[in-house]
Amino acid sequence: MIFYTRRAIKDILENRFLNVVTIITIALSVLIFSAFGLFFLNAQDMFNAWKKGVRIMVYLAPGTSEAQRLDTRYRLQTIAGIQSISFISKADALELMKARMQRQTSLLDNMRENPLPDAFEVTLVTESNSPEKIEFLAQRIEGLPSVSEVEYGQQWIDRFANFFNLFKLVGYGMGAMFFMATIFIAANTIRLVLYSRREEIHIMRLVGATDNFIKFPFYLEGLIQGLSGGLIGLGMLFSAFSAIGSQFEQTLSAEMVAIRFFSIGTCAAILGGGMITGLLGCFFSLKQFVKE
Amino acid sequence: MTSMAEKSAVIRMFHVHKRYGAKQALVDATLDIAKNEFLFISGPSGAGKSTLLKLLYLAEPVSEGQILVDGMNLSRIPRRRIPMLRRKFGIIFQDYKLIPSRTVYENVALVLEVRGKKRSLIEKKVKSVLRVVGMEDRMAAYPPSLSGGEQQRVAVARAVAGDPTIILADEPTGSLDDESAATIFELLNMFYNRGATVVVATHDKALIKNATGRVLQIRQGRLDTPPDI
Repeated sequence: MIFYTRRAIKDILENRFLNVVTIITIALSVLIFSAFGLFFLNAQDMFNAWKKGVRIMVYLAPGTSEAQRLDTRYRLQTIAGIQSISFISKADALELMKARMQRQTSLLDNMRENPLPDAFEVTLVTESNSPEKIEFLAQRIEGLPSVSEVEYGQQWIDRFANFFNLFKLVGYGMGAMFFMATIFIAANTIRLVLYSRREEIHIMRLVGATDNFIKFPFYLEGLIQGLSGGLIGLGMLFSAFSAIGSQFEQTLSAEMVAIRFFSIGTCAAILGGGMITGLLGCFFSLKQFVKE
Repeated sequence: MTSMAEKSAVIRMFHVHKRYGAKQALVDATLDIAKNEFLFISGPSGAGKSTLLKLLYLAEPVSEGQILVDGMNLSRIPRRRIPMLRRKFGIIFQDYKLIPSRTVYENVALVLEVRGKKRSLIEKKVKSVLRVVGMEDRMAAYPPSLSGGEQQRVAVARAVAGDPTIILADEPTGSLDDESAATIFELLNMFYNRGATVVVATHDKALIKNATGRVLQIRQGRLDTPPDI
């Protein structure tokens, strides 16, 4: 093994240019693929956090009396899946609106009467956060007396989920394409090395070298290329993450979402993927070369 | 009943033909080469000498006929066993076939590396054979920096490093001056005296003149014994 490893390293150093090209190609592929992965990971976290915070706004019909309001509150409390209920009076809602609009409050000041309805803000228990359950709860609440309208972010969440899934699909497709392109480039680099050394390989065969003896250092070369490319790609991603991640974190702190880098296990899997890419590149070119 | 000669034959060829398209390179060659025999195959360029040797180590497949090497039928040998066959031979080429990017030491060591020998043994053996061919002090040199005679001596060292039972030399002195050619011949003789079977394909008449072993002539792919040598 030491002998083969030394030979593989010697070969890499002797064919520096070709090997550097392959390593850079693998590094870029790993970088792009991992960048997508990292985006998905954090977007998924954010999405999950938003889903956790799903609230249902229950607007009461105009002219709802105190007794009807209490009755509605009581009925809401009996519905399973609801975590908390808080009442927002139309006056509170207007104040809130004014606070949010800040510079445009003059528009609201000129109103003769408050057009906003009284409402309950209903938060759900975590188990009720699935789109189907939210829909079901919303329909039940909508059927309660004195309830004029129910509003929840379901449509928005659905849209985002669809967009997210589509983006994920594009990511997978691009990842697969990059993977294949990298294998193709790695295979061609190894093929160039093989052609530049075909006389040497011919001599090795004449003196009794087996196919495995000839192939093994190339496989090791592929693994080393893949590992180096993977380390460089991940390193570049981590540098970029460290540089710009903190800025994102500040923006997202209000959403209580912390952005994070891959776990050690995922990093190991990405490096493994890089190594497999290098190995497959070798496999395809050697398969053809040995046939020749 | 098999004769004594057949029993001790390390290489046997039966009605072997080799064709390259329409060209007949070897025609109906039947030949026994005994163990520890020094055989010369002589003939002009293009007569089929190299082809005959190439068939022995399966650089080329036969078109017709059969060859047995040390009991192995080359027509039936699976691809994965070819390296084992080649390890029985020490092959010397006219163009030396040394790897230019490897040192003299590494070129000779390759034969032992492919056999999976230990580093300590390889070092000992390589130094020993390089000493025998007089190249011990050029171990770290690269082939392009050596003269033709020196390169051929390295090639001889590589051929014998694996202790082969058969040495095949294809025009070993073809591109050497008389002095270097004599040195190579002496080396081949030395390994013959140590028990190896040596087959030399050559058109070098001076080399054949000093031959002590059997000489076979080959003309236009046909083998026969020359009457006047």
